Amino acid sequence: MTKQHEREPIINIQNVEKHYGSVTALDGVSIKIEAGEFFSLLGPSGCGKTTLLRIISGFDNPSVGTVFIGGADMTDVPPNERPTNMVFQSYAIFPHLNVADNVGYGLKKQKLPKEEIDRRVDDALKLVDLEGYGPRESHALSGGQRQRVALARALIMKPKVLLLDEPLSALDKKLRETMQSELRKLQRTVGITFVLVTHDQEEALTMSDRIAVMFDGRIAQIDSPEGLYRRPISRRVASFIGVMNFIPATVIENTNKILSLNIKSLGQLDIKTSSALKKSEVITVGIRPEMLTILYNKSDTSEYSFNASIENASYYGDMTYYEVFIEDTDIKATVSMRNTAGRPVLEIGSKARVGWGKDSITIL
Amino acid sequence: MMSAKPPRSLFTYALVYLIFLYAPVILLPLFAFNDSAIIALPLSGFTLHWFGLLWETRALHEALYNSVLIAVITAIGSTTLGIFAARAAARYEFPGKRSILGFIMVPLVLPEIIIGVALIVVLIQLGMSLSAWTVIIGHVLICTPFSIAILQSAFNNMDRSLEEASLDLGENKLGTFFRVIVPLVTPGIISSLLISFTISLDEFIIAFFLTGTDVTLPVYIWGQLRFPARLPAIMALGFLMVTLSFLLLVAAEYFRRRANRLTGVRKNSNGGIF
Repeated sequence: MTKQHEREPIINIQNVEKHYGSVTALDGVSIKIEAGEFFSLLGPSGCGKTTLLRIISGFDNPSVGTVFIGGADMTDVPPNERPTNMVFQSYAIFPHLNVADNVGYGLKKQKLPKEEIDRRVDDALKLVDLEGYGPRESHALSGGQRQRVALARALIMKPKVLLLDEPLSALDKKLRETMQSELRKLQRTVGITFVLVTHDQEEALTMSDRIAVMFDGRIAQIDSPEGLYRRPISRRVASFIGVMNFIPATVIENTNKILSLNIKSLGQLDIKTSSALKKSEVITVGIRPEMLTILYNKSDTSEYSFNASIENASYYGDMTYYEVFIEDTDIKATVSMRNTAGRPVLEIGSKARVGWGKDSITIL
Repeated sequence: MMSAKPPRSLFTYALVYLIFLYAPVILLPLFAFNDSAIIALPLSGFTLHWFGLLWETRALHEALYNSVLIAVITAIGSTTLGIFAARAAARYEFPGKRSILGFIMVPLVLPEIIIGVALIVVLIQLGMSLSAWTVIIGHVLICTPFSIAILQSAFNNMDRSLEEASLDLGENKLGTFFRVIVPLVTPGIISSLLISFTISLDEFIIAFFLTGTDVTLPVYIWGQLRFPARLPAIMALGFLMVTLSFLLLVAAEYFRRRANRLTGVRKNSNGGIF
């Protein structure tokens, strides 16, 4: 992501609040989305992400705050006059119209000549790999095809922003994975800004340029997928994005940007940091399962290591996830191991040595 | 799922029940085509004479004209009211919504004779003279609940995001109403028109109370029952009315199911008369 400082963001949401009676759905949300970005709103159900999308599309109005789209104040502009188009969760394909009439629905309103509508409908269908599907009845379409029609119907309007409301949640796992990469490719092809709402962290990570994680009507963190995964700013974000082991630690010293920590039962280490933590403060450190390694042989070495007992093993084919107890403590950790040759799945109850490095630690 | 076979006795019961229900109706065509002025078995021969007699009776034509006029206006009136109510019930939440809808449905179970008596008292107090219009008022009152029941199933089944998708694609509210909502509920509207037309056409008690000199077909039939010689002709007329009503109801149900299919409901899950 290159950020030019002077460039106007395509969407600029300023301090938006939404109240339903005494319920606060959005509480002081501000986001700037750059033109051409694939931006995701990620959070558990009820976090306000769908409300925010509906405010961008114009189906809901904010109680407080302003929404700029393409530099213009759109806060009170109705949805049919906004330069945005939406792919609905249910796809909302018009059941009484065939595929071509669905896709051309918006152009027909603009009173364009029939030849131009036909040509653009064909182009839009080609874009979503549905060439020749125009005359088909919409009720005869599969779930994946319905979604493509919904995409074509929105993209044909050449919106400044395409809004997608949980577009993959109705598809089965295999199709969902295919559509993830296709959506990403499509976005690069058309160059339109995509704003995606999802509760699926994997979906957000694989598709987005940037992600806003939302909890309880507030933005918790906005970052790139890698930034969110590697540098979550809170325990809640860390456990929402992937799996994270949390281990308590005590600050021994924090001088000259070197933080000395005593991590419970794992020992002492020094980390370069600019944090302002004070001596004897109790904190939590996080470490991802893939940053822990089971040392199968006595000769295997690692920067740090601890002994553990295997509590549980979940076999996923390519990976095995182990729940381990760090020896002589009640701290549980998850270790993920790739099932490469010569790595047997360890039995439950057996002992293992687990290695790790201090670069893999995240301070929360 | 395996469905168990019902005991034989239940099957017999159902058969007896159906015979009880339809035997009197089956007698209608039997005597309508019978070549005898006396309604009694055995049948004496086949004739179309009674239908010919219907063709020549002037008073009957006037009654038919009144009935059709009343039924058409009633159908349009109750369906229009039904569209308003069903749309409001499907789209808006307002205080007392459930009880209001409940009260609208009450005429379905009120005895028609009570409605007839109450209406005649009220209308006369208001200074209206009895005519086809007073019958229409009474018929709209009893047909509107049916219209609402049918139209509610059409409006409720419509996914709200279809309307939003239309707005999202640049269409305004009026355009959305005509390009999305109307096509999807049209079968429901036709079904409601047919049902209320049929109910109005067949209704006797309210028409009997509220009709002035403009008698309707059922009221005319009632008047003719005093003359035994005209009974076979009435049988012929009855046969025609039953056939017409049956065809109209089948058509109405066809359109209601079509509405459900269009709005994406697989089975005829809710609402409707059948």
